[in-house]
Amino acid sequence: MEKTYYDPADLKKFPKITEWSEELGEKFFDYYGKVFEEGALTAREKSLIALAVSHVVKCPYCIDAYTKDGLQRGITKEEMMEAVHAGAAIESGATLVHGVQMMKKYDKLSM
Amino acid sequence: MLKKSLHKRANQLSQSKKQLEILSNGIFANGELPTFKDKIAETNQFPLRPNKTEILQINVGYMCNQVCSHCHVDAGPDRKEIMTKETMQQCLDIIKNTGAHTLDLTGGAPEMNPNFRWFVEEASKIGVEDFIVRSNLTIIEANKKYNDLPDFFKKHNIHVISSMPHWTKEKTDKQRGQGVFNKSIEALKKLNAVGYGMPNSNLKLDLVYNPAGAFLPTNQASMEKDFKKALIDDFGIQFHNLFAITNLPISRFLEYLIASENYEDYMYSLVEAFNPSAVKNVMCTNTISISWDGWLYDCDFNQMLDLKVDSKVKHVSEYNEDILNNRDIIISQHCYGCTAGAGSSCQGTVV
Repeated sequence: MEKTYYDPADLKKFPKITEWSEELGEKFFDYYGKVFEEGALTAREKSLIALAVSHVVKCPYCIDAYTKDGLQRGITKEEMMEAVHAGAAIESGATLVHGVQMMKKYDKLSM
Repeated sequence: MLKKSLHKRANQLSQSKKQLEILSNGIFANGELPTFKDKIAETNQFPLRPNKTEILQINVGYMCNQVCSHCHVDAGPDRKEIMTKETMQQCLDIIKNTGAHTLDLTGGAPEMNPNFRWFVEEASKIGVEDFIVRSNLTIIEANKKYNDLPDFFKKHNIHVISSMPHWTKEKTDKQRGQGVFNKSIEALKKLNAVGYGMPNSNLKLDLVYNPAGAFLPTNQASMEKDFKKALIDDFGIQFHNLFAITNLPISRFLEYLIASENYEDYMYSLVEAFNPSAVKNVMCTNTISISWDGWLYDCDFNQMLDLKVDSKVKHVSEYNEDILNNRDIIISQHCYGCTAGAGSSCQGTVV
């Protein structure tokens, strides 16, 4: 088998992290489950946020999971792609806003 | 896009034995996943036993004007299995004496059976509390001779249940065939026009949602909200309830799962979503499924897998509800489809 850092089958084993640290693992999964419950935001809206963030943090497991979650919720591919762009825009904006720091430093150092 | 049934293509998956073999081998044989029998035994629910028979589901033939990619019946224009008038007469005799309150006609496209209208007329004379016809909608538009179906349904107070995998054209046509979405919309408008699906109308029109792919349906109520909003906003269409039905890994959906390399992941999803409280309400506990040739099954899925009821009584000609109710229900790994999440049945979720 080809050796890679990421194995899609590992996603199913995610709950196993609790085996090596029961208290923290359980607290995490309780928290995680609670976060995605219907609240002030709908579960559908949270699913789209999760999909956008999955791309920003470049987590292949999360992308698989929330693409499937979106399909299950009837979220369209147009909505999914717009969510990814929203994430990408924030991420590129975060890079570009540092341009202001560069400009300030440039000006400070220049005569 | 599919044009022919597995049967016509002489695909090995057209044989129920082959399907059952796949469902019992691999991840279920090597212990990676528990078999359905072991899983329900964990909560002392094996063997699965029926309660009172409430629904008679009659499959009047496998012929259909569509070749949907997920069809568990492997229906299509090339299927010639059609219930005869003699078998229909035997079914009518059962309907007269059954304790069931619901009669559920399915197919194929049940309307394509040449004796469909006669059968509906005769059955409605007997008086059935809830008389369902599972109509694929496009049949109403398929040929002039079917154009008056909405009026025919109305005349006999038929409860119409129709498939609609999504409120977008792309997803619907991918699963059900080119042009299906537009025809379905037209058919729904005609049903609405005669009163079906309208608020407070007694003419019941429900839609069935099957996921168009290798994933499970989500919360039925929230899907219904989305469907209602989209259909009223985009087309001015109304309906009563949405039933979210899980695709079971048999027949053409099994073919799709294997070809798209989704089979194992799908089975994992079903097993992970196993809900023990769905087991006691699965439809095989209150339904008898009758095939076009009069054989009796625990459900429509077992019918397609040729798993006849485990009872002395196996055919409409010898039908006896008391004897039938004293049987064990036949199960295999496809049953996980009916116990995932909120459960799944021909009437939607069960929990």
